[in-house]
Formats: sequence, C-alpha cells, structure tokens
Amino acid sequence: MSGEGVGLEMAGGQVEQPSTVAARDRAALSPGSPGLSAPGGRALSAPLLGHGEEPAVFEFSVPGRSSATFRTTGVPEWAAEELLPPEELRHEPPALAEVSERDLVAHVTRLSHRQYSVDLGAYPLGSCTMKYNPKFCDEAAALAGFCNVHPATPASYAQGWLGLLWSLADALCRLTGMAAASLQPPAGAAGELTGLLIIRAWHLAQGRSPSKVLIPDSAHGTNPASVSLAGYETVSLPSDERGLVSPATVRSHLSDDVAGIMLTNPNTLGLFEEHIAEVAGAVHDAGGLLYYDGANLNAIMGVTKPATMGFDVVHLNLHKTFAVPHGGGGPGAGPVAVTEQLAQFLPGPVIARQADGTFGWKEPTRSIGRTHGWYGNALALVRAWAYILANGSDGIQRVSEAAVLNANWLLSRLRGTYTVPFDRAAMHEIVVSTKGAPGVTGQLHALDVGKRLLEKGFHAPTVHFPLVVPEALMIEPTETESPQTVAALAEALLEIAREGPETAAPAPRTTPVSRVDEARAARSLVLTWDAAQPEVAGAPSDGSYTC
Amino acid sequence: MAHYVPHTEEEIAGMLADVGLSSTQELFSSVPVALRLAGGLDLPEGLPEADVAAEMARLAAANRAATELVCFAGGGAYDHDVPAVTRALAGRSEFVTSYTPYQAEVAQGVLQALFEYQTLVCRLAGLPVANASVYDGAAALVEAVNLAVAATGRPVAWVSEGLNPRWRQVLATLTAGRETEIVEVPLVDGVTCWGQARGSSPAALVVASPNYLGCIDPLREARAAADQAGALLISAFDPVAQGLLRTPGEQGADVAIAEGQPLGVPMAFGGPYLGMMAVSQAQVRRLPGRLVGRTVDTEGRTAYVTTLRAREQDIRRERASSNICTNQTLIAITAMVQLVWLGTRGLRELALRCARGTRYLREAILSLPGAEPLASAPVVREFAVSLPVPAHLVVDRMADEGFLAGLPVEAGGREGLLVAVTEKRTAAEMDAYVAALEKVIA
Repeated sequence: MSGEGVGLEMAGGQVEQPSTVAARDRAALSPGSPGLSAPGGRALSAPLLGHGEEPAVFEFSVPGRSSATFRTTGVPEWAAEELLPPEELRHEPPALAEVSERDLVAHVTRLSHRQYSVDLGAYPLGSCTMKYNPKFCDEAAALAGFCNVHPATPASYAQGWLGLLWSLADALCRLTGMAAASLQPPAGAAGELTGLLIIRAWHLAQGRSPSKVLIPDSAHGTNPASVSLAGYETVSLPSDERGLVSPATVRSHLSDDVAGIMLTNPNTLGLFEEHIAEVAGAVHDAGGLLYYDGANLNAIMGVTKPATMGFDVVHLNLHKTFAVPHGGGGPGAGPVAVTEQLAQFLPGPVIARQADGTFGWKEPTRSIGRTHGWYGNALALVRAWAYILANGSDGIQRVSEAAVLNANWLLSRLRGTYTVPFDRAAMHEIVVSTKGAPGVTGQLHALDVGKRLLEKGFHAPTVHFPLVVPEALMIEPTETESPQTVAALAEALLEIAREGPETAAPAPRTTPVSRVDEARAARSLVLTWDAAQPEVAGAPSDGSYTC
Repeated sequence: MAHYVPHTEEEIAGMLADVGLSSTQELFSSVPVALRLAGGLDLPEGLPEADVAAEMARLAAANRAATELVCFAGGGAYDHDVPAVTRALAGRSEFVTSYTPYQAEVAQGVLQALFEYQTLVCRLAGLPVANASVYDGAAALVEAVNLAVAATGRPVAWVSEGLNPRWRQVLATLTAGRETEIVEVPLVDGVTCWGQARGSSPAALVVASPNYLGCIDPLREARAAADQAGALLISAFDPVAQGLLRTPGEQGADVAIAEGQPLGVPMAFGGPYLGMMAVSQAQVRRLPGRLVGRTVDTEGRTAYVTTLRAREQDIRRERASSNICTNQTLIAITAMVQLVWLGTRGLRELALRCARGTRYLREAILSLPGAEPLASAPVVREFAVSLPVPAHLVVDRMADEGFLAGLPVEAGGREGLLVAVTEKRTAAEMDAYVAALEKVIA
C-alpha cells in the first residue's frame, strides 16, 4: 500500500487513490449524494504478524506446569480414596493440558488475531443481519447482579431478572403484534421446532392430526429440518416467476392434511411476499396456521407486523435483529411469540405480572412443556432488552428504514454488472448472481467472488443460497454500515466482476490460510489433537515457523 | 433515537435520490397499504446509553446475587470460581462478534479454538469424537436419544430417573413430534434399578453419573443392561467430577453428554450454558451439530475447517436428524480456556475440593435432628437430604438468613433438599449454613 492512505487495489497491482475513486463515483451519483472520500469500513489494514501456523494449545504443555489456584476454605483435606469408592476413581488425572497462564493468554490472543469479526469490518451475509453489537450491551450482560444469580433463586429474590424477561417478552409481542411469548428457545431453529410443536398441540386439541407443512423452496435449511423433527412431512412450494409464494400455488396444496405453512417475510430473496394476506386467508380457511420465521424481521420493523399479515406463530432471532453478538456461531436466542388462542400451549414456565406489580412464574394451561433446561439463553435476553431500550420506537423504525435503504442503494450500484434475478425494489437484502452477468468477465463462480472479497478486506456474503438462484450472492449490508462502507463494498464487487475468474479462482492468498482441503478433512477425519498425533509425529518438520 | 445508524439526514436524502425515491416511506412500496402500521410502534422512545445503563443496573440490583445469597444450589448450575483470564479471553471481541466459521480462511481463530475444545471434551469423556456444542445439557440429551433412535430404528429410550428432571421434561417435549416412547427407570436409594425397565427393546439406555441426586450410578450396571437389550448406552457426566472419576467411554458408553456450565460459565439465571456431546467412532456420521476437522490449505499449512457438513440441516434439510444451526460456540471457547487454565492437575484438584466440601456439609447437616439422607450411594459434589420442614419453606427461610440453601427434590416418593458444594464454599460459610438450618428446621 502507498503512503498516501488506503488506496483501492486493482488488477495489475496498481493502486488507485481514494480521491480519484471518489471523483469517479461522485460523477455517477445524484447531487447531494454522500461524499465518498472516506475509505469505508474494510479490514485491509488488519495487521497480521506472519503467515505461520499457531500451534495447538497442547503443544505448549510441559509436565508439571500449572496455572490454577484455589481459594482458602478451611475444609479438611481428605484424600480421594476417603471420599469415593476406589473402583470409580481414575488412576491418573485426566490429561488436559499443562500450560502456564501466560502461554494460554498468548495462544488464545494470537488465535483471535486470525479471526474476522463484525468489530473489524463489514459482514454482509444475507439473512444473518450482522449488525454492530453495541458495547454497552456487553457491559449489561456482565453485571454481577445478572451473572451471579442461580436459576433456582426464588422469584422474590430475582425480581430484576423476572422483570427484565417480562418486559422483553412484552416488547417482542408489541413489535410483532402477538399476544404472548416464551423466551426459552436458545436459537432460531429451536424456536422453529417449539413453534411447530405448538401448532401440533393446537391441532391435537381439536382432535386433528394433519401430517404436512408447506414451505417455499427458497426456505432456509432449518425450516424443513424443524418440520421433520416436529413429525411433519415437508411439502415444498415452488416460487412464482416473481420470486414469491403465489396464493394459487398455496391453494393447490391445501387440504385438511396440512397443519400450516412456514414463511419468512420478506423472503430469502429479499422480496416482500405481497400476497401474504391472501395466503393467510387461504390457509386459515383450510384449518391451518401460519408460522413466521423471523430471520428477516430487520426489514419491516415499524412498517408492518407478522400479526397484521395473518401469522399465528412467530420466532425472532435476537442474534440477528436485536444485535446480540454471534459469538463465532452462538449463543443466540430464538423466542417464540403467539396469538391469544395459542398462548395456552407455550413452553412453561412463563412470567406473569401479579396484581401487586411483582413478577412470578406461571405455567400455561396446556403447555407443550419445557424446551430448555431453564429459561433460555438469559444473558442474550439481557443484551436484547438493552438494545430495545436504547433504540426505542423511533430507533427501531430507523433501523428498518436504513437497512432497506442500504440494500437498495447497493443494488443500484451492482445492477448492470451482476444479474439481478428479480429486479425490483428489494428490502433489507438482495440476491444477485454471476450467471449470465453482463459485467462479469468470463465464467465467475459465486464462491470465488466471496473468496476474492476476503482479500479486499470484507467478509464474503452468503454464496450459493437461496438454492432457487444459481450462482447466488445473498447480500445484507445492515443498517449499521455507513454509505461509505456500502460504496466500498459495491466497488469491491464491481472490481471482482471486471477482474474475472483468473483473479478470483486462486483467492484468497493474503489471509492467514488459503483455501482449505475440505475433501481431505472429511476423508481423514482428524477431529481432535489426539487423532492428529500419528500424522504430526511422522511429518518432516524443522520446527521453525516462517514469518 | 437510533444510536447505531450512522447515516446523516443529508446522506439519506442523497441515497434516496440515487435510487429514484423521495422519502423513506417509498422504500416500502412493496408492502401492501392494508398491512402498513397506522401509528408508530407501541414502545417508548429510545434512551441515551447512560440512561439504559442506569436501568440495567437497577434491574441487576433487584436480584439477590450470590454475594448476598451464598449459593448451595446445584441441579445443573453451579457457583464456581472463575479466574479473570477466562473472562478476558472469552470476551475478546474477535470471538464475541464473529460469525459461524463458514469462510475458513478468515476464521482460523474460532475453528482452532473449537478443535481444541473438541479435543478436551473427548479426553474428559473418553470417546474419540465430540461436536462443537449444542445448547445445553438438556439439548444434548435430546440429540443423544434422537441419534440412538436413528442408529437402531427403535423409537424407544429407557431413561434413568437419575437424569435431571428438567432435562427429562425437555426430552419429552422435543421428541413428541416423532412420538418417541420414553420409559422412565426408577432410582432405588440413589441408583438406577435397570431390572424394573419394561417394554419393547429400546434404542438406548440413558444413565447419569453422578446423577441428579449427586450419586455415583454405576455405569457397569447400565452397560450390562444395555447389552442385554441390544441398545446403545448414553451416559451423562459432570465435567468437574471427571477430575476424579473414570470416563464414560472407558466404561462402555456409546454417547457421553454433559452440561458444561461449571467450566467458567456464569450461572446467569440459566443461560447461555453448554451442551457437551461425544460419541464413539461408529456414531460419528450421526453426530449432530458442527464438527471442526484439521486439514491443510493450498500451501500445505495446517488449517481447520467445519467438516462432514452433509450431516447438517442446510444440506440435509428435511432428511436432517437435527435442526441445530446456531450453537453455543462462544461458551465452548469459554470452557476450553477454563479447562486449559485448570489443566490436568487443576481439574483433579477442583473435583477433590468439591467432594471434600460436599462431605463436610453433608455430615454436618445429617448430624442435625430430623435430617436424613435421601440416598445412601456415594456422592461427588452434591447430595439430597430430607428435613422435618418442606424443602421450599427451607429455601425461603434460609434465603432470609442469606443462603440459597438448595433445590427442592423428590426421590423414592420422599421430598427433600438437594444441596451442592463447590470449591468456592468455605468451612466458615458451611458452619454458618448449618447453624441457620438448625434454626429453620427446629
């Protein structure tokens, strides 16, 4: 990189200066467009001290080395044999690791330096809503008054917790138009199964056992998996030529053997299901219920509600819409909210506000039962409540407006280079394709676009999903990325299209590792350090790490 | 006010003009007018950060945390000491704010941390393969039973009453869709009486050791009964107790599950916790959840990647045996750090201290008039006693004395109190507990 500041790397190794880029971009935009002289949030500057491997923690072990200390208790120091039957005792301590605290800290810190994160830059994954995770929510979730409370603490001594959980459930109901909620499901998929079991219980209570659930062919994989676990058969509905679920298609699949339909709105193509009211009417008329997958709620808050659309059961993804951090894959939270007639089936216990204003536990009268060991991923629920308080009605509305604006603005810059399979106003996410794309040099695979984007300092978008669009790139900028970042992302995607497969196919080469041999991973199945041992022992090595 | 939307009003106006719109309302033109909300959202307006922080502090202060209620409650959630290093490392924002490691090239941090976690779980369980977490111990029980049903084709499981009762409730709820038959096998004096199990051949026997009453529930008996029934053996273990006890794997378990909360994870009113799950080699392709494998990159460097993805929901869809997607990765990383900090000697020392404290308090309580054991089997880190006063009253009265005395529990038709002692509890605290209890049950 030149000393003039961050330039945009182009094919052939030239560096185009920001001022030139900005001038060119400004020329293409309307008066009053955001100034693009700022570089936008991309992680090209993230320094990496070398391309060496980080040893596994077990390689730092030295017999006898130890970190742990234990407080003084005054309890008699009986030997293990005095406490437990000898035949139950292991002969040696479990081999874990014998590592100093200093080495542990250095090792894990170095691992963190080999990891992309929202804090580092944009993560435009479709339907994941990788928005900024507010730091003050971290602090709220670390308060000792929340963390050091045992879940079996009697309600009268846990009024803070019960009040918070009640308030969160209440707010989620107001946002969705639902009557009651359970905060137990610890993830969206868990919420899906919970919601489907509520639908099942509702049918059973009326003496019915329908066997099918309808889902669109663009649905996320957890949907049919959850349907199957709930004991139903998935019936896949083809999207129409506009990418939507058509009432005629739904009607043709409805019968008294259909328990309901599972939809997300907007759908995974980022399009609002315009016929939803008619679909809801048809499903209800046939005796079924509607399930709302809340993964895409970020698009419509303050605009419409699932209840208004006709949904009966909703799950929300707090780790998407409500800024709970993803933690490298979890924990999240997937609360379920339902209409009044379904409230009796919710997992119990739920929290009720008593006449004197205090909060207590209550068991729904026909509860499907517990779906979590306690009350859900409680600290994630704390973060979501803090986020809702900070945003409020005005902020939440702004979230959806900015999310949809960012996505449409991004689309306007990609159109003409990438194929836009359903080219009309999008919501919070867009789906473009490299297949038949006018501005793409040669045959460019979506996967390779994603890999090349890593080299340009962004996380890749979702690739090859939804399955209904070949060579799909599903991109959700979210509302917390500035116009400058969105512009930089757009410019990077346009460059990749121009560069073509020659540059994209070998990418990435500037990341801590290059493309990994997935076939070998599945074939040799080395899933632990111990399983790796013969390979390590036999491999030639001079023991040095290249810098 | 939206704190986290960076756009200025000028920027928004310019962007709207760029896409040919004149107001933010027009962004939602594809939403039918009949579905649009009339007013705004029925929620208060947003608050500044400091005001929200004050409200969160107020809510936190309205709980009696473990500093004011000395914690002797267990039942799957334990008050352990956690060193600063665990919070510091698990709190690094690169782990906290990262996504699922699908793009391996930029996710080696999370992937390698999970690989190391998997290794440690396998060493604790004595089995060769572990996944990168499920939600909690209850979810691990559900996944284990579903795995066994898929492996054998038998929709039946024999589950010891020694399994955590809340986990058994979750199992009943989440297997109802597939109509899996759950047969409960009773405890007698704290130990499972497998001879009392009845019904068609099960996919699996499920045992916990230590079990919910804190008792060692011999795996050799469970394994023998499983062999007789031609079933798999699923064994629930306690990661702390494994510092002293023989592993489930060496005692013949096909699947080992555990609640990992004791490993550096705050009690936090029940979550997020950590479902640990390990299986024998024969079951690896049925293991749900994410799996991290070791491989090489195009330059021959060691690299980690999620593997055997064809097991997962996004590929198998309706043929998936589990729907899990988001898991508890950050909590697994927390547990990895805690286990490495504890180390080989430390985990043993931790288990020993819990067992010592358990004996100390159990003997002291049982010396009180009217106190009797609910089970006589050996215990590791918690125990159940029957008292002259109903347990829920004991808990309430002891709370007034500054103790979370334990959990009400039922065993063999009698009710009592389940008490846990960790390495955090001092002899002085326990002496004060006993003095208070003596008053409460008098």
